[in-house]
Amino acid sequence: MAAALQQLAAYTGRRSAWLGWLPPLTLLVFLGPIAAGLLGTVLPAFGYLPALGGERLSLEPWHQLASAPGLGRALRATLISGFLSTVLALALTVLVFAAGHGTLALGRVKRAMTPLLAVPHLATAVGLAFLIAPSGWLARLAAPWAGWRTPPDVAVVQDSLGLALALGLILKETPFLVLMTFGALGQARADDHLRLARTLGYGPVQAWLKIVLPLVYAQIRLPVYAVLAYSLSVVDMAIVLGPTTPPPLAPLVLRWFNDSDLSMRFQAAAGACLQLVLVALAIGLWRIAESVFGWLARPWLCGGGRGGSGFLPGVAAWIGLALLFGLSLGSLLGLATWSLAGRWRFPERWPEQLSAEPWLEHAGRLLGPAWTTLVAGAISALVALALVTGCLENESRRQRPPGLGALTLLYLPLLAPQIGFLFGVQVLLVWARLDGSWLGLIWSHLLFVLPYVFLALADPYRSLDPRYARSALALGKPPWLVWTRIKLVMLLRPLLVALAVGFAVSVAQYLPTLFAGGGRFATLTTEALGLSAGGDRRVVGQLALMLAALPLLGFGIALAVPAWRFRRRRAMRAGG
Amino acid sequence: MPGLQIENLHLSVGGRVLLARFSLTVGPGEVTTVMGPSGCGKSSLLSWLCGTIEPAFRASGQIWLDGVPIAGLPPERRRLGILFQDDLLFPHLSVGENLAFALPRWIRGRRHRWARVEAALREADLAGFAGRDPATLSGGQRARVALMRTLLAEPRALLLDEPFGGLDRELRQRVRRFVFDHARWAALPTLLVTHDPADAEVAGGAVVEFPNFGAKLLPLRNSGRRPA
Repeated sequence: MAAALQQLAAYTGRRSAWLGWLPPLTLLVFLGPIAAGLLGTVLPAFGYLPALGGERLSLEPWHQLASAPGLGRALRATLISGFLSTVLALALTVLVFAAGHGTLALGRVKRAMTPLLAVPHLATAVGLAFLIAPSGWLARLAAPWAGWRTPPDVAVVQDSLGLALALGLILKETPFLVLMTFGALGQARADDHLRLARTLGYGPVQAWLKIVLPLVYAQIRLPVYAVLAYSLSVVDMAIVLGPTTPPPLAPLVLRWFNDSDLSMRFQAAAGACLQLVLVALAIGLWRIAESVFGWLARPWLCGGGRGGSGFLPGVAAWIGLALLFGLSLGSLLGLATWSLAGRWRFPERWPEQLSAEPWLEHAGRLLGPAWTTLVAGAISALVALALVTGCLENESRRQRPPGLGALTLLYLPLLAPQIGFLFGVQVLLVWARLDGSWLGLIWSHLLFVLPYVFLALADPYRSLDPRYARSALALGKPPWLVWTRIKLVMLLRPLLVALAVGFAVSVAQYLPTLFAGGGRFATLTTEALGLSAGGDRRVVGQLALMLAALPLLGFGIALAVPAWRFRRRRAMRAGG
Repeated sequence: MPGLQIENLHLSVGGRVLLARFSLTVGPGEVTTVMGPSGCGKSSLLSWLCGTIEPAFRASGQIWLDGVPIAGLPPERRRLGILFQDDLLFPHLSVGENLAFALPRWIRGRRHRWARVEAALREADLAGFAGRDPATLSGGQRARVALMRTLLAEPRALLLDEPFGGLDRELRQRVRRFVFDHARWAALPTLLVTHDPADAEVAGGAVVEFPNFGAKLLPLRNSGRRPA
């Protein structure tokens, strides 16, 4: 008994020597490079990059940037697509919850949205382009009525305002915001407050907007900022769906970084800084708009208007969801159809034949990238999971929850535009002679995999009842055995889900692969993007379909394994 | 016929019968107390009355409020005010805004509405509290604000779901007196759910013990779920 108590004290009171090193190591692994990367971008933006002959600080790169052709139109497309998609994705999220809170249908919407979230942005973008392009499926469906013999000459995708890009972003960001809102409802005590507002005479929609939205929004503020930042700086989706002459800012800066004229690197670095400033300003502006709206809404909030039964908002929400799911599933179906298509002339609705032949024909081009994607994803997800689990275990043994500061730090790689610091990371990797190596590739993926794995695992890990571990310790089991045999087994499902999240994030990475890989690694993402302009739709469809399938497969395994392992444990099957 | 009537209520969850052939009448200004251990269905009774009962429950029966059948109406059109053990003051609104939220729409004009809010606060001995954050109030103050909020929505009956459970003994007596006085003064039919006999004693009205005899006579079938 005394020995057991001693162990109990050792477990909860003192930190394990090697576990204690993990949080600082983790911070170093993913915050260090970002800080270094930012520096490595800012210095060249002011003319300092000795490797390319820039040895003095100057404003020359900024003059170059200001006179770069098309910058104004690039900024316009960036701002329109970024703000439009964020506003509409948030509006649809709010509408769906205001109209559907507490209904069984909303639960089904949640289950249906989870797989949509797993599909990489690029796969959705390629599929959407196949769907809405002038020669796409929708035009083929409309052709008999419109009398089109050839694809209509309209810029539906890659329009100069970035509207197609905004649509693609909405398809991907709405599921993210919806699922984040689901997570926030419990903490806001939404059900209780909503019930009370209803008994005070408020219709369901008004009750949700006036009472639940202000409480929930405080919880999903960071995810909304992440969506805004992402939408303003997205590269892969913008290359497929955005305008091309000139593209939005982030792909434009990437084009400059890839320019054969090395002196363009300075202008590119200045552009990357501009992207950082743009995102920071946008988030600041959004924050101000929040306050203004909150202030303007006060009289409405307390004016006593009860609202009706919410029939019209309900109809609007269903139309919005139908469009969202229709376009998302249509995109995936389009990818699958193209990947199997034989001859498929406009305006035929279906290919002349569907067969596995295109797959066999291009197998040689597909296997290599698929393998690289799989390995990079598996390794970075496993490393991230090990680091995150260690950090969380250390935290639970020290019984000290981290503050809001740590969480904000964690969100940093999700808020800062990738193009803003990845060049600096590349400079760092070149300096360390790690560019183009597997180590460099995995490391750069970890920057983005790690925060997501942490976000996926932190809540389930922290909410595991500590009494399970304590009673096991009291039975005389050593801490490491309690950890591996009790806690980790009980957390098998969230652990595997976090692993699948990390894998999905790695699979989707484009810029890190490009910058850290030094062009030596071909993944499904880089190949699909390389071929997306003018490449054979069959190959692009195959690459994008595999890109979508790998993460879905990961989530499938993550859910199936615990379901099988605990098939005779009813308590382990309950819950989300 | 004025007052609140429950007619022939049958309430079950997962095959377990909580109430059968249950009828009850509460006249204006009367306080009827429902007593019983937790899980007997007394809180579910109030959720059913409000129209906010969870879909897992099966219920049939009619509710008459001042002679109007309301069982088919959505919660917001039933005009039943409810107080919970947790006061549920909206944390993003000030004390005054919490009260203004409950005021009917037909009281128009900012100054007019605010005057009503101030009057309600004075009545609750909380003059000058309009701008306060509800989180800075004491338990007794919060309970009083919650009652005023419920009354400002002009309900036709009052439901009390163990509203004094979270208060200590001395405070409990004061808040209890405050709530009952207001209910009587507004001539509201009031249904109190509690497991504290002292509540029933002070309420002074009829007392119904749960499990109700109708429910007791029926066989309890096995179920994994217990209602909250």
